[in-house]
Amino acid sequence: MNFFDRFAIPHPSPAIYASMVAIGLTVIAIIVGLTYFKKWGYLWREWLTTVDHKRIGIMYLISALLMLFRGGVDALMMRAQTAVPENALLDAQHYNEVFTTHGVVMIIFMAMPFIYALMNFVVPLQIGARDVAFPRLNALSFWLFFMGAMLFNISFVIGGSPDAGWTSYFPLAGNDFSQSVGTNYYMLSIQIAGIGTLISGINFITTILKMRAPGMTLMKMPMFTWTAFITNAIVVFAFPVLTIALLLGTMDRLFGTNFFTTTNGGMDMLWANLFWVWGHPEVYILILPAFGIYSEVISTFSRRNLYGYKSMVASIVIISFFSFLVWTHHFFTMGQGPLTNSIFSITTMAIAIPTGIKIFNWLLTMWKGKIKFTVPMLYAVGFIPIFTIGGVTGVMLGMASADYQYHNTMFLVAHFHYTIIPGVVFAMLAGLTYWWPKMFGFMLNERIGKWAFWFIAISFNVTFFPMFFTGLDGQARRMYTYSEATGFGPLNLISFVGAVGLAIGFALIVYNVYYSTRYASRNISSDPWDARSLEWATHSPVPSYNFAVTPKVNSIEAFWDAKKKNIPLFQGKIDKIHMPNNTGVPFIMSCIFFVWGFSFVFSLWIPAIITTIGIFVCMAHRSFEKDDGYYISVKDVEDTEKKLRGVS
Amino acid sequence: MKMKWAFLSLIAICLFTLTGCEPLMVLDPKGPQAETQANVIWISIATMAFIVIVVFALLIFVVTKYRASKQSDDYEPPHIEGHPIVESIIVGIPVVIIIFLSIVTVKSTYEVEATPKGYEDQKPLTIYASSSDWKWHFSYPEENIETVNYLYIPTDRPLEFKLYSYGPITSFWIPQLGGQKYAMSDMVTTLHLAASVPGEFMGRNANFSGKGFAENTFQVKAMPQKEFDEWVEEVKATAEPLTEEKFKELLEPGHLGQLTFSGTHLTFLPAPEGEYGGHHHGSNDSHEGSKHDHDEQALNKQDSHEKTKEHHH
Repeated sequence: MNFFDRFAIPHPSPAIYASMVAIGLTVIAIIVGLTYFKKWGYLWREWLTTVDHKRIGIMYLISALLMLFRGGVDALMMRAQTAVPENALLDAQHYNEVFTTHGVVMIIFMAMPFIYALMNFVVPLQIGARDVAFPRLNALSFWLFFMGAMLFNISFVIGGSPDAGWTSYFPLAGNDFSQSVGTNYYMLSIQIAGIGTLISGINFITTILKMRAPGMTLMKMPMFTWTAFITNAIVVFAFPVLTIALLLGTMDRLFGTNFFTTTNGGMDMLWANLFWVWGHPEVYILILPAFGIYSEVISTFSRRNLYGYKSMVASIVIISFFSFLVWTHHFFTMGQGPLTNSIFSITTMAIAIPTGIKIFNWLLTMWKGKIKFTVPMLYAVGFIPIFTIGGVTGVMLGMASADYQYHNTMFLVAHFHYTIIPGVVFAMLAGLTYWWPKMFGFMLNERIGKWAFWFIAISFNVTFFPMFFTGLDGQARRMYTYSEATGFGPLNLISFVGAVGLAIGFALIVYNVYYSTRYASRNISSDPWDARSLEWATHSPVPSYNFAVTPKVNSIEAFWDAKKKNIPLFQGKIDKIHMPNNTGVPFIMSCIFFVWGFSFVFSLWIPAIITTIGIFVCMAHRSFEKDDGYYISVKDVEDTEKKLRGVS
Repeated sequence: MKMKWAFLSLIAICLFTLTGCEPLMVLDPKGPQAETQANVIWISIATMAFIVIVVFALLIFVVTKYRASKQSDDYEPPHIEGHPIVESIIVGIPVVIIIFLSIVTVKSTYEVEATPKGYEDQKPLTIYASSSDWKWHFSYPEENIETVNYLYIPTDRPLEFKLYSYGPITSFWIPQLGGQKYAMSDMVTTLHLAASVPGEFMGRNANFSGKGFAENTFQVKAMPQKEFDEWVEEVKATAEPLTEEKFKELLEPGHLGQLTFSGTHLTFLPAPEGEYGGHHHGSNDSHEGSKHDHDEQALNKQDSHEKTKEHHH
């Protein structure tokens, strides 16, 4: 094989060539722009080398939004292709690649960074800390995720995208049936991003356990911090399973091992099991932070304390435990017999109980409240009915005998979009709008925000509700086309119309960011929503050291009590503040990881060896490096405080 | 409450669209297993509708009654922690519902995983259904005939499908007769079905299996036993015999129309069960096919595999 042949795309189309040109032009535009405006130094000093949790959070946020649009374009292509029977917009191979990348991008490269964006930005502030426990590792986490995402995203222009579904079941994903390098990209890019996530998990558990402000016992933590804590505990238990599964899958594909093959003692079902032992907890990794955000938003905009705080905590702990005991429900049809299926049916349905408690607690939080329908609150209130439908259809899918009929159909597709979109996307949009003033010092426009909400909420139902019916009518998922005789046409057309509506909704959000950046008032208070937790006790935007004086906490809602009952929050005087130094090593090491992954994807062994050595050199450098951080002097803190107070 | 109205009208539109069409396939069962499943689905829909209505009603109540615009400016919401009775109710009722649904699930799961109720005294018809990219092969070992992409079955008789795959994992599904089960390449799974009325049904692979997945369907025709017997006789008399060479040709990836053969591939390529299974767990199950040497058994795997020679017995 000619050396360069391997980089060719197996299924070229005009759209892909157009994308190549667009990517090339964008890269050139960025480089020219940075050079022209002399921003290289700024980019390096302030962003690429930063270890500040707030900046890392913002970088996660930008990446997540970019990926949301990548995944969204995939979704639009799928709905357009299936809008009418026997459509010829995409061929089978192209459609398979599109739904595979849609799933991977949305779960791994959109939802995950979105929750880490908000956790990074908010958790240290909510617990009154100066940063996360390991700021450098935090930078490494982000850059590993980012390089994993980039590696995955170049697949469609270099070598071909993965095409075996986001679940990538073997033997379909093995070399015999998936000959392009697409699945190599899947294995390696998720591996690289996954290592970053695992590091984040350890980092946040340590942060939350060790760095809370004095007086903040575990049972006085804000609910978002609680959910972040449990989420990261799930990450630490679940992600190693994915790491190993991907490692075994990579070895099967690159080195001819037989872990998941169907011969020589390999077991294709083993992949499915390992994937879902990670995959089901992953669902709760996504949903728990969302529950935390809704708890904050609903409580703030109802002007009420969160109802049933203890049962909320208990229910997330129970959910996290059960999340590891239900994975088999993703393949009730594998033939493991009625006993196993019965047990997993019951554990699956049991999760509905703690989840139900949360829904009722939110309703009871609004009860006797004083509800203001701001944009974050609209998402929270819209979430409840939509997620309830997602939840009850989940219970229906959990009933094994009936699942034999729902499995692999559009009914399932409708169900999980009914949980993930209100549960993750709505929550992230709510959290984004809610914490935006804290991040950037101005508010997003409420009017445009409400238009976007209504577009998204209504179009969402128009898109996904018909799928419950087509699923029950026998439409399997992942079919690139269907005949007119099946009668799926009209409902699929409705879905397409809804998808266009969703696209308009998201475009409105982009417009809102542009509009508000240009026109919104910078003259806002540090607590524009009249909120209840500690992140609102410091300035907007937040100074690098977060709090000039560490707050002292003696209730669940210390900041609210400080405002309403005049219980002092900041006691003591300003002292010099110890801060970590910036470092370029995490970024450089992650760039090496990118080349490392790329080398493995294409079996380029010499660069693979060199980059492996490079990664170890970076780690050795860290081991022998002396870095004691630096101090911000009392005078500097006082000056910053004075300046910020003058604004707010 | 714009959304609520949009939502309700959407449901109305969906129902309206659907009333013009055939009833939904899964809810229009033509056999005992599918009927059990349709009943379970209806029970769950009814139960879940109750929950949805309660949550929607509570939500509409709180958001209309407690919105800020309806309250005086100086109203300050009270501080309320949990209440044991309220919390027992919101835990207790879901627990009762889940217990009820668990009983329904366990009972029905055992039912659909066994010979259909009321058919226990009859001898089941065994059909080996194997998938290859992107076709279905149906072998009738007792009748000694084989078809591709179409399936004839007698009504009012239990059917025992033995499922396996010459390639990726597939899922055998005839929605109007009952739910799915996977076909995999290194083991055989069993699916119990029966048809209670004659008719033509859609069958397909429901599990994504690559490029030709969308068209990976087959036609099912249920007919009275007498008619079925006549068809078998006719096939035996007229169809060409299935040779090993011909069968390997059929396994090549691609799409084929409906084909009919006398003889089955099971005689020269036994299904991966018993001693021919991919996983040997010390099982002594003997196979109805005759003894074969290792090389032939290796053919049982995808022919693209060269590693299969090491297969151990």
